[in-house]
Amino acid sequence: MTMDTTDRAIISATQGGLPLVPQPYHAIAEKIGATPEIVIQRMQAMLEEGIIRRIGAVPNHYALGYQANGMTVWDVSDEHVDVLGEKIGALDFVTHCYRRPRHLPEWRYNLFAMVHGHNREEVEIKAARIEKILQSHCRAYAILYSTRILKKTGLRI
Amino acid sequence: MDATDRAVVNHLQGGFPVCEYPYRVAAEQLGITEDELLTRLQQLLAEKILTRFGPMVQIERMGGAFSLAAMSVPEADFDHVAEVVNALPEVAHNYQRAHALNMWFVLATETPDGIAATIAKIEAATGNRVLNMPKEREYFVGARFTA
Repeated sequence: MTMDTTDRAIISATQGGLPLVPQPYHAIAEKIGATPEIVIQRMQAMLEEGIIRRIGAVPNHYALGYQANGMTVWDVSDEHVDVLGEKIGALDFVTHCYRRPRHLPEWRYNLFAMVHGHNREEVEIKAARIEKILQSHCRAYAILYSTRILKKTGLRI
Repeated sequence: MDATDRAVVNHLQGGFPVCEYPYRVAAEQLGITEDELLTRLQQLLAEKILTRFGPMVQIERMGGAFSLAAMSVPEADFDHVAEVVNALPEVAHNYQRAHALNMWFVLATETPDGIAATIAKIEAATGNRVLNMPKEREYFVGARFTA
């Protein structure tokens, strides 16, 4: 499915959030000049298609007490990384999991898994669980804790 | 935050309905009224416990290009370099991390060429080499947090 102009209008009208009124999809429809039926139908279609990952609340993890933010990075053999990446991504405490390119010699890690915890100890316990799954296919790993948010604007469309 | 706030945060991180009265449907599932849900969401957003309430888009599908990039910045230059990097509209997020590669930022540009152009601009302006680490494969995206 390709995105049409209505889809784009819906997405850009909701990037600030869903209107907090009893009929939010009607409010969006009014804003973009479409009927509520079309907005509801297109949003359902975009959800099914995965263009919209989900609709809901995005918590500020710091406010919920998740103070430690560890980007765990792993040097995993190329032939096993995709199978193992799926397993790591399925862990309930991993919030993002990607394969990215190495830059040898400065950067050897190809598997990235974001792990949050109330403190660093909790992140390390979670990293140990990842290590157990990767076993001998992992040659090295590191945990890069964020020490400061320098900019966070969100992605603009 | 009371027990109801926690329930709202924990149960509404996805699966919000698409129908005529979605807040009423979601409120029923939580055992509260539509009014109360709307009020609590407003408060949670105002208190910054929630950063957002709405659809989360798989951004690549909108077109455009995205990448994660990292730099090793000498401590003495760090704040100045951060200012230069942050001033670029193509930089969406920027984090300091405890590693030799101590600055990590997300680039979002309208075209694939925009990523390389922005990296070249940052390298020229700061004198630091930028390592470009675009996503090659996504295994999971779906941050969930328990309040």
